[in-house]
This record gives sequence, structure tokens and C-alpha cells, in this order.
Amino acid sequence: MWRNLARLPRYRGLIYSLVSRELKARYRGSVLGFFWSFINPLILLTIYSIVFVTFLPNRSALIEPYGVFLFCGLLPWTWLSASLNESAAALVAGGNLIKKVMFPAEILPLVSVLAGMVHFFLGLPILVGFLLFFEHAPDAADLAWFPVVVLVQLVFTAGMALLLSALTAHFRDIRDILSHVLTFWFFATPIIYPWFQPGLEAYRIWFKLNPFTHLAVSYQELLFFHGPFGHLQSLFWLGGLSVLLFLAGYWVFDRLRDSFAEVV
Amino acid sequence: MTPAIELRGVTKVYRRYDGRQFRTLKSALLQRSLVRDLRPDETFTALADVSFVVPEGATVGVIGRNGSGKSTALKLVAGITKPTSGTVAVRGRVSALIELGAGFHPEISGRENVFINGIMLGLTKREVEQRFDEIVDFAELRDFIDAPVKTYSSGMYMRLGFAVAIHVDPDVLLVDEVLAVGDEGFTHKCLDKFAEFKRRGKTTLIVTHTLGLVERFCDEAVWLDAGRKRAEGHPKRVIDAYVTDIERHEESFLAAADRRAQQEPARPDRAPAPAAVDDTADLSKAAEGRWGSGPVEIVDVALVTRDGEPTHVVHSGEPVTVRLGVRTPTPVDDFVFGVGIFSADGVMVYGTNTGVEGLEGASLNGAAEVRLEIDALDLGEGTYKLDVAVHKRDGAPYDYHRLLHTFRVKSPVKDAGLYRPRHRWMFAGDVRVHARADD
Repeated sequence: MWRNLARLPRYRGLIYSLVSRELKARYRGSVLGFFWSFINPLILLTIYSIVFVTFLPNRSALIEPYGVFLFCGLLPWTWLSASLNESAAALVAGGNLIKKVMFPAEILPLVSVLAGMVHFFLGLPILVGFLLFFEHAPDAADLAWFPVVVLVQLVFTAGMALLLSALTAHFRDIRDILSHVLTFWFFATPIIYPWFQPGLEAYRIWFKLNPFTHLAVSYQELLFFHGPFGHLQSLFWLGGLSVLLFLAGYWVFDRLRDSFAEVV
Repeated sequence: MTPAIELRGVTKVYRRYDGRQFRTLKSALLQRSLVRDLRPDETFTALADVSFVVPEGATVGVIGRNGSGKSTALKLVAGITKPTSGTVAVRGRVSALIELGAGFHPEISGRENVFINGIMLGLTKREVEQRFDEIVDFAELRDFIDAPVKTYSSGMYMRLGFAVAIHVDPDVLLVDEVLAVGDEGFTHKCLDKFAEFKRRGKTTLIVTHTLGLVERFCDEAVWLDAGRKRAEGHPKRVIDAYVTDIERHEESFLAAADRRAQQEPARPDRAPAPAAVDDTADLSKAAEGRWGSGPVEIVDVALVTRDGEPTHVVHSGEPVTVRLGVRTPTPVDDFVFGVGIFSADGVMVYGTNTGVEGLEGASLNGAAEVRLEIDALDLGEGTYKLDVAVHKRDGAPYDYHRLLHTFRVKSPVKDAGLYRPRHRWMFAGDVRVHARADD
């Protein structure tokens, strides 16, 4: 396992070109091309904003302007959910490569995660635009932590992706189960509502056990809420756990590696 | 010479998972078989204790029937799969022409795919850039290189894949039956490229069914059969052994089919309109089968060699005898024996009977043997079927075997057609030919 893990960096050129292929291929043939990377989150944001500003306008004044608050959690969530959905399908879709080319299979789920990250980055200018538009500038000192949060999310997502892709190769229905799990997970995470939402005190413990809470809250604290970054400790905990998750995911993947060519 | 490829005691066991196409997590959880389901259920040995060495600079061909483990051997050398036991050692950069264009993405252009594919095969971006023009020219796709690969024909797709793979400039080239990728011209270009490889002292391992290629190109051949190495050495010798074995298999296969056919009894109810052997138009339409009213019965049909050995594979130009065993419980005096040879697609190649050749049946009683001795069976290579019959002078059949007996004819060269006349080439005037060295 360690040897396989150690040779991964050698494939960075390949990973790079596969990610760019992924991105190019996604929007090839559509008129707006890469603009979809901007437009997609924008549309999503508009829908949620309409729903929660117009139809369900019952929320704390602390999360105004609501669109900006929502976007801080929604954008990283899109990265996670898209990456997991895609990596679950990655091995089956890339079966040709696994079977016919000398090719480290773990690259496939990792490419899904990285492509998701690129979309996340492409969505950031819109978030910045929102922050500027609402004159809701975050604290400069907090921003230094932003890359750390992104890194933790990357490791966490990669670990999940490895695990899911390896198991989905054997159990195809994970993909169907996954979409429901992700829907529930989304609403169970303080993204559309703040973690301190009144009336949810009883659920705080579940928030704490939900790894994505800490990522969402970190983003919100960094970008939206003023004041010092209070979620740092939880973030470090999550960072440590993410590394363990990644190793565990990699271990499972490595153990099942030889079976992929036969089941996909 | 140092070995470029060395397989030592290599065994590859493929694991197969159970018959259901996909297991589901749901059933795995319900039956608490999560871990068990991740284990293989049955195994299949693709290679068993195979060892061979390819010296540096040599071109070696691997031959064998389908499923003999050839491609598995190649995949092991390419590092796509790992041996279950034994070791595979390869020196130098390997490029495998196994699945051409396997990494192509249909939505993006040929140009981008060349880069990604090249990187996948181990080149750096700069190296691909340097070779890009050469690759595109080789693939003859200059006009289409910026179109998405999904618009390519399968030939274009393969050509591009081949061009990228061959321009990786490997030390060891692995080729799996890829010469069928283009038209004649492209195939020649590929062969030239292989020859160039060879001149430059690179190592090549070819898996193919095209025996002529092995004979022409390879320094050595390895014959795999059912996962085991049957022979290894000079290509000509190995190929001869292989071809002989194939013929033996065909022989036993046809013999088994024959046994089945002879067990089928004559059925009077299936008699078609009174057919005469010389009525070719009608005959070529009739389906295979057996019919007749009796009492005369053909109990045994065999193609035999001069030594009397039954055979189903005949070399063109060899003598052969059609031997019929007949039996009748009651004496008859009105009988004609007929034999017809048909090509696989039902064209009558030859038909005759004792009647048209002026032999009148006088008496037949009990058991008898009838032989049609053919001095030289000058047929082209292919599969043929026999009609044999015994019938009355007016054509009413006693027992008619319609296309029930199959045999194969082999030709020493790749000529074509049903008829292979005895022939030789002669030249006069200012013309010179000489035998190709490799034949």
C-alpha cells in the first residue's frame, strides 16, 4: 500500500491531463462552455435564495444577507456531492483504462475529486462578487485559513471517494443509495440554516458528529461571520480524521485493486 | 544476450465473481455477506507455470488457439495484471499495442487525446509535442485532428491509437493482434515500423493468429495451449507443430459431428419430390438430412486415406476415397450409388453416380462396401460436404444422406477458389523471379 501510495506523485502529469480532459469534455458541445461552471452554482443559489427569502422567510438576522451565507456552505457542498457521485461511477466508466492500460486505478476517483475542486475554485469569483456586492468583506486574517479548510476538505473527499469507488465496483446499487444519502446529508448539515439555529439545540451533538458540519461552519466563519475563526480546533480534529479516512479508503482500494479488472 | 523479457514459472489465476452480474449492497447487508461477497467465488487458470525468455533485440511471436493465455501473457509483461505466482521481469520502457486508443475520450479532439494518451503511455507533455506532427502524419489524420474523436470512424480511431502507441519509442514493444487496424497501406506502414524497430535493436513480443507474420518477422515463436507452453523455438518448427495440432483437433471435431449425423435414421416421411442426382438445381436448394424408403441402407460413410485411415482433413491434391458401407435385408437388383461434393455454401462441386458412368446394378444382397476412389482431390482450401445416396434407376431413394458429412481441405498456400488445378508457373523472356526467402 505504501509503495503504491508513494508512486502516486509520479502520476501528477497524468492526473493533471485527465482533470483537464474531464473539464474540457464536460462542456464540449455546449454553447456557453466553461461558463457553466459559473452559471451552475449561480442558478442553484438563485433557486435556494428564492425559496428561503420568499417562501420561507423565517430566519435569524445574523445570517443576512442570506444569499451570501447560503453560498458559503453551498459551494463546498457542491464540490463534495459532485465528487462523490462521480467517483462512485468512476471505475465503471473508466473500465477500459483499468483493463487495457497499465494504469493506477486510484487516479480515477481522485480525478473526480480534483475536477470537483476546480469547479469549486471557478465558483469562488462569484462568491467574491457577492461579498463585494453586499459589502460584506471577510476579515483578512481569517482568509489565511481558507487554504487549510480547502485542504482538509480535499483529503476528506478523496478518502470518501476512494472508499466509494472501490465498493461501487462491486456493489452497483451504492450509486443509487448514495444520491439519497447525499440529499439527507445536505439538509442535516448547517448549510441552508446556521448551526446555531434556535430550536435545534437537541441536534447539536449530531451536527458535531457530522464531518461536513465542520467544513461548512469553517467556510461560514471565515467568509461570512465577522470575528475570530473560532472553529479552528474542530477543523484540526477533522483534518486528522480526514487523513485517517484517506488512508483507510486507500487501504480498502488497494486491497480490492486486483479485482477491479474482473468486475467492472 | 541479456533478456529483455523474462517470465519464470508464471501462473495467472483469474478470479471470477459469481454468476450474478452485479451484487448489490442491499443484498450483501441483508445476507450479512459484505466481506464474503468481496471475495472471488471461483478461479480460472489462464497461465500455468509458463516460462520463456525474450532476448534483447529479438522479435518473438506468441501463437495459440483462442483462450490459450496469449493475451494474458502479454498483459503480464505489460504490467496491466500481476502474476499469481512466478516472476515477470522486463527491462526498459514498455509500450503495449493492446487496446488501441483505450484512453480516448470521445468528446474531445484528436489533438487533445493524443496528448493525454501519450502522457498515459508514459511520455511527458514536451515529448508528445516533439512527436506530435509525426504521430498525426503516421495516422494520416491531419485534416481531422481537431475534430472530436467521437466523429472518427473505427479505423481512424485505431490508427490514431496505434500512431500514439508506436511513437512512445519503447525499448520493448508488445503487440496484440493489431494489424487489422487499417487498409492494406496502413498495415504495410505498421510492418515497416516494426521492421525499423527490429533494426534498431528493440525487443518486440507479438501475439497473433496470423501465422505468416510470425514466420516472416519473428526470430522465435512460443506456442501456448490452454495456459501451458507447448513449444518454443524456431518459428517454422513451432508453427508446423501448431498447425498439425489444429488439424488434429478439426479432425476429431468433424468426426464427432459425423457420428451424430450417422446416428440419425432414415425417415421416409421426409422424402422430397423424386430427386435425381443429376438434377443440380433442385439439389442445391434441399436442406441437409436423411431420407429414403429402404430397404437398402447406407450404414457407414467415411473419407479414407490411401492407407484406409478414416480422415476429415485432406490436403489438396492428395488421393482420397469415399467409402460407403451398405446393407440390405432383401436382395435388390435396381440400384444406383451416387456421391456429390458440395462447398460449404451449397454449391455442387462435383456429382456422379454409377448410373451416369454406365454401371448397371445387377444384384445387391446383405452387406457390401462401395468405394469411390479419387486419385487426387484437387479442391481449394475450405470446408466441404458430402452427399451420398443409393436409389433406384428412376431416382426414388432407398437411402439418401444429404450434406451430412463434412470434411476440410487444406491448401499449402493461400490461394483461393474451390478448384485447385495442378499447376506450375513458367517464365520466358526477360523476366526473373525467385522464391521468397521466408517461405
